[in-house]
Amino acid sequence: MAKPTSTSRHTILIKQNYPLRFLIPAIAFLLVFFFIPTVLNFIYAFTNWSAFSKTISFNGFDNFITLFTSGTLLRDLRITLLYAIFVGIFQNVFGLALAVFLEKDTFINRLSRVLFFVPVIMSALAVGYIWQAILKSDGALNQILSAFSGHTVEIAWLGNINWTLLIVASIHGWKWMGLAMLIYLAGLKTIDPDVIEAATIDGASGSQLFWKIKFPLLAPAFTFNVATSLLGSMNGFDIVQATTQGGPGGSTEILNIFIWRTFGQGLYSQSTTMSLVLFVMVMIIAVPVIYLLRRREAKIL
Amino acid sequence: MSSATFGQVKTNERVTVNKKSPLGEIIHTILAVIILIIFLGVPFWLLIVTAGKSQAEAISPNMSLPSHWQLLENFKTVLIDGKMIQAFFGSVIVTVPSVLLTLICGSMAAWILARRTTKPMAIVYALSISGLILPPAVVTVMMLLKIIGLSGTAPGMVGVYVGIYLSTVIFFVTGFIRTIPVSLEEAARIDGAGPARIFFTIILPLLGPTLATATILVTLYIWNDVFYSLFILSGKMNLLPLNLYNVASAGLYLNNWHLIFAYIILMSLPLLAIFAFTQSKIISGITGGAVK
Repeated sequence: MAKPTSTSRHTILIKQNYPLRFLIPAIAFLLVFFFIPTVLNFIYAFTNWSAFSKTISFNGFDNFITLFTSGTLLRDLRITLLYAIFVGIFQNVFGLALAVFLEKDTFINRLSRVLFFVPVIMSALAVGYIWQAILKSDGALNQILSAFSGHTVEIAWLGNINWTLLIVASIHGWKWMGLAMLIYLAGLKTIDPDVIEAATIDGASGSQLFWKIKFPLLAPAFTFNVATSLLGSMNGFDIVQATTQGGPGGSTEILNIFIWRTFGQGLYSQSTTMSLVLFVMVMIIAVPVIYLLRRREAKIL
Repeated sequence: MSSATFGQVKTNERVTVNKKSPLGEIIHTILAVIILIIFLGVPFWLLIVTAGKSQAEAISPNMSLPSHWQLLENFKTVLIDGKMIQAFFGSVIVTVPSVLLTLICGSMAAWILARRTTKPMAIVYALSISGLILPPAVVTVMMLLKIIGLSGTAPGMVGVYVGIYLSTVIFFVTGFIRTIPVSLEEAARIDGAGPARIFFTIILPLLGPTLATATILVTLYIWNDVFYSLFILSGKMNLLPLNLYNVASAGLYLNNWHLIFAYIILMSLPLLAIFAFTQSKIISGITGGAVK
């Protein structure tokens, strides 16, 4: 028998002091409500499961082929990707601009920060309905524009197949910009004032100060905000459902809208297949983006 | 620290660079007010005046004041027709256990995952936080709940939310526990405290700020969620966002903006009230806890 070495005694102590049973509740919830459904998702995407047939049998890649040949698969993927990019841009540009603008702790700035957080705590569905009322063709915005221009303005903000997606993404950005603003503000507050002072003394201009010093130092906040805006928009549903329901002509149909619509029609396997497509899309896009952003952080800091 | 005020963030007080002239201050204030009016004033003004109108006046929503205010009548209509009382309690019954379970289970797991640093544990950790990024399989989770008899029920809904948001809590808390020195635990261990006591009396109290941030985010997500509850509950329970969806999509209420907006105001009040009383803590909690 070998004497217990100090490392093995250490291992025993670790096992005693940090028992695995503390993991059990979390693992159980994750297993039942997250991992098993995910595995099932991979299985049921290859079946003919629907509300119209009593039996479920495998049908290979039929669902993918159907979705691909109808053009829905690529169209919805493209729309979701564009939506995510637009939301990522809007949420971060709005958030960063607000953070810089409201950086000093004056009364009006503190008040503004609180008010800009109100959309964040509201339901996204409610936000969508409010903006639908503003942007519909006989809505508030066109009436305001009519009053200012002196003739009737009837722009179909939510009815254009080319740029309504952009409008809906900006509503998404509007809803979450308060959170992005706070995260950027937190980042700005951690910047050592000596660094700024030194750069000012060296004659850095305002824009140099921002782009060469402040913005790079905001890397952790940037990572967090880009990641949350990309993930939030690829998983988006409420705002699109409340404003356009995927229309006009399917031009704003992000994946979750399709999943809900086909689910409602009883086409469960198509719904599941699209859910798998979303899963793979997030893996392929979000994981490398977050990895690159983290590496950028490590390089800067 | 000065007393808590609007949205105060912990700050390096000696920032003196770029000191603005009084004129600059005035221009800044005017600009801020203009931005507030355009970005927040217009939508919220529309929300309030429309909620006070009659159906005829609200049919095409505009910024004008109602010819006569019937806000309270509209509130009464949606409270009854939108089943708001049941929906409020439904939302509470789902949100409170979901948040509590997520926090407790997540923190317990995070403690073990932070302290045991073996290869297998690293894999368990990676899997536990994978839900931060990966979208939940919403259709098959609904089917699974049907099989185990939990679909359309509050426990089923709670389970799904816990499964989705555990990753967030485990991620935040594990990162934080790694910064807590083990020596704090060892003192108690020498006194004979078991793991449960050490966790609940030493670790958990230290997690305050991190758990506060996680609570805010997870509560916001769950209280306002409509996507997952549409699938899981399929109309068998009243939740505030679900009933809003029904009120707004039901043919009977289509374009009844006065009722939709009255509903939105009422449903936003609970969180707005909590926010109004805790805003300085919430804002400093998010800014302090999220990005480290």
